[in-house]
Amino acid sequence: MNVPTDRQIVDDLTAGAGTVTDLAGLQARLAERAAAGGLLDVAYRTTDSPAGRLLLAATPVGLVRVAFELEDHDAVLEELAGAVSPRILRSPRGVDDVARQLDEYFAGRRKVFELAVDLQLARGFRRAVLEHLCNIPYGTTESYTTVAAAAGNPRAVRAAGSACATNPIPLVVPCHRVVRRDGTYGRYRGGPAVKHALLTMEAGAGA
Amino acid sequence: MQPFEAVVEEQGAMVMRICRALLGPAEADDAWSETFLAALRGYPDLRPGSHVTGWLATIAHHKAIDLLRARARRPQPAADPGEHRSGITAGPEPADTELHGALAQLPDKARLAVVYRYLADLSYADIGALLECSEAAARRNASDGIAHLRRFYEEKES
Repeated sequence: MNVPTDRQIVDDLTAGAGTVTDLAGLQARLAERAAAGGLLDVAYRTTDSPAGRLLLAATPVGLVRVAFELEDHDAVLEELAGAVSPRILRSPRGVDDVARQLDEYFAGRRKVFELAVDLQLARGFRRAVLEHLCNIPYGTTESYTTVAAAAGNPRAVRAAGSACATNPIPLVVPCHRVVRRDGTYGRYRGGPAVKHALLTMEAGAGA
Repeated sequence: MQPFEAVVEEQGAMVMRICRALLGPAEADDAWSETFLAALRGYPDLRPGSHVTGWLATIAHHKAIDLLRARARRPQPAADPGEHRSGITAGPEPADTELHGALAQLPDKARLAVVYRYLADLSYADIGALLECSEAAARRNASDGIAHLRRFYEEKES
């Protein structure tokens, strides 16, 4: 008679557990059930774009974060866990539509985003700056000075610059449309090359 | 705190092993989902530095036992009135059903020790902390539990 080893017993008990396809399907359904039960505070996905791979994250209120590839996406998700909620799951909920509209934007077929945004990651003057940015039309630019004044504090030019540079929802909240008065670009979360490419694209499409 | 998605990625397979071991394949998916939904609910309140694997293994064990009890309470099909079941028994799964049943029927501490040691790969020190007993007692419980399961093979062959 063969006496089974501990490992054999455990293998018999767990036969078939953990096959990758099984778990992927279960994870997708978990996110759906979590959302239905009000337990999904942040849903996210990634999407490819001409500006590199983007992380898109949304709360039930709206899009809360867009992160460029050069921001470490894992680090961004950890920040969201601390700043918003650790109840974060990969899910298409609220972010598939963002990905589609970004595709259209990069293809030159969309000039206005029709999306709910959640500005909870910015407070006070920074938030006022971001709210103003949403009014700068496609294909146009404003100076940091103009933005500071429009957000209610004409002397806070540096703070306006910093609000743009730390915009949690770049591309959709168009901080790339704010440039220095001398015509140089200023800081951008996606890097200066991406800012330049966006402004060039918008100028071309608008012409 | 880690995003919950990372917890699911890291612990999903371990939780599935526990659910499979206690319930067999048919109901394991349900137990897996119930485990992570309950974990998601409690996650923001998990104390920093908590042993996430032990925490999830405990929830998975509870959820699987809940399903076993619900199964035992369920009225049996009228077709075989002679086979009335009571207590925790494994359902009508083929092949290794009785092995799952044998695990389910272990005393709580032995069953939990087997789950923690052999399915969640926890150390005996951690298991002792979870079971509120000494490391040596945790080791004894796990070894008694697995010995009981081994006897099941011997009975089958004799």
